[in-house]
Amino acid sequence: MTRANLILIALLVVVVPLSLLAGRVWVDPAVTPNAIPILAELRLPRAVLALVVGGGLGAAGAAMQGYLRNPLADPGLFGIAPGAALGAVIALYLGVASAILLPLFALIGAGGAMALLALIAGRTANPAHGIALFTLAGMMIASLAGALTSLAISLAPNAFAMSSIVTWLMGALTDRSWADVMLAAPLTLAGMLLLWLAGRDLDAMTLGEDAARSLGVRPGRLMALLVLGTGLTVGSGVAVAGIIGFVGLIVPHLVRPLTDKRPSSVIVPSALAGALLVLVADVVCRILPLVTELRLGIALSLIGGPFFLMLLLRMRRGLA
Amino acid sequence: MTLEVRGITIANRLEAITTALQQGEIIAICGPNGAGKSTLLAALAGLLDVDAGEVLLDRDPLSALPPRKRAQAIGYLPQSGEVAWDVSVASLAALGRLPHGDAGKFAIASALAATDMSDFAARPVSTLSGGEKARALLARVLAGTPRWILADEPLAALDLSHQLNLLKVLRAQARQGAGVVLVVHDLAVAMNHADRVLVLDKGRLAADGKPEDTLDAETIARVWSVDARWLGQAGERALVTQS
Repeated sequence: MTRANLILIALLVVVVPLSLLAGRVWVDPAVTPNAIPILAELRLPRAVLALVVGGGLGAAGAAMQGYLRNPLADPGLFGIAPGAALGAVIALYLGVASAILLPLFALIGAGGAMALLALIAGRTANPAHGIALFTLAGMMIASLAGALTSLAISLAPNAFAMSSIVTWLMGALTDRSWADVMLAAPLTLAGMLLLWLAGRDLDAMTLGEDAARSLGVRPGRLMALLVLGTGLTVGSGVAVAGIIGFVGLIVPHLVRPLTDKRPSSVIVPSALAGALLVLVADVVCRILPLVTELRLGIALSLIGGPFFLMLLLRMRRGLA
Repeated sequence: MTLEVRGITIANRLEAITTALQQGEIIAICGPNGAGKSTLLAALAGLLDVDAGEVLLDRDPLSALPPRKRAQAIGYLPQSGEVAWDVSVASLAALGRLPHGDAGKFAIASALAATDMSDFAARPVSTLSGGEKARALLARVLAGTPRWILADEPLAALDLSHQLNLLKVLRAQARQGAGVVLVVHDLAVAMNHADRVLVLDKGRLAADGKPEDTLDAETIARVWSVDARWLGQAGERALVTQS
């Protein structure tokens, strides 16, 4: 167990119980009426979902940065989150967005983006072009899915459908149930396992693609692990919570200094820190005294944007 | 213990190259820019698909070997010198153990000692000088205890003393039985330090043999279009060009 993992697990042990008590109504199990049902049916599934979604985004971000050897990579770049969002938006557009169908549509969207990505980038004659092709294909899928999502919004049959699409896209964990947890948790865990399995190959990628291949890395296998791994983690995250940005980008930066900086050593702490970040951000959304609850996606972008600018300023100073 | 190429051809880059390399020697690949030196080295490392011919490691086709088996036998040092993350020298060297899937503490310690980097084990790569980084990258290759060390211009960007230092390490590896194949631009380095030289010209093997035979004035004039002659004794020759 590394230092980073120990620190993060200790923080989670403290924060998870506290998060259950925090909200518009602060729950005191001894005093609050209906405390047990509130905790068991509302707060606990929401907290578990925050951990699952955040953990998946953190792990996917760490793996993507390792693969592209670029600290600015984000799982959103590869079209999987936009693909999942498009699936969900289609469900909302068609008015079939039930608690089961919406995540299902989102998963189909994520799967479609993954398949397209694998189809385009998976069979290159020259393996040295794999990553460039992968990135370009991902970006094109992302912008295509984004354009189709905008199209769905502009063609929305009524104001209600339009508002529900726009609101959903902002990302939130409000009113989620155990059913969402049951859907997202196994898929995210499976995805995280695949990303973890890619760890050693990602370490080899530190030396560049040619050196990695000379160390026995099979580029096709690595790409398959990453496409499936991010597809499952990010896709199921978007399916239950909408678009939640910045976590995959920021979290690996936060934990990297606590590790020995090999990509494989960043994945697990990033999952833990992502879980912590989304949980805390969700609690902040709940307790802010606003008329309507702040959307989690907006909150994370509001925290993440300035934070990232600060990081860049520090990097610039380091480079100067 | 041979690494052999039989008629390998890669469109527009290499044409029907055939040669067999022996372990225990330092083999320099020389040639003008674009002659196909790096391509031949990458093909020897099993990293390229060839259009015709094959690369054989101890008589087995390299392409049929599982990637990890191949990686255990052949260590490849690309020219880029890329280290994407600011890992420690020890972590960098440990990457050489990936094909073996073990911690390989002894091999890593030996590799760091051989490259004189033991004292730098905990240092982040970003704090190293150019010469130290080159040694750390070589330590990564040595940590994998490969039978073949293939390095693409490992001496480029190194000053004279660091060049000699690295050559000393490579010579020691060859003495211990490794086959060392280097892409080298400096013909004097090839002349004085290699046991054998492959001269490439426009994708073809123009000369193959002992340095004195392959890097003679006539070959240099033919391949590089430069009039030059060697001065000095064997082992310490200098190349003088005439313009």
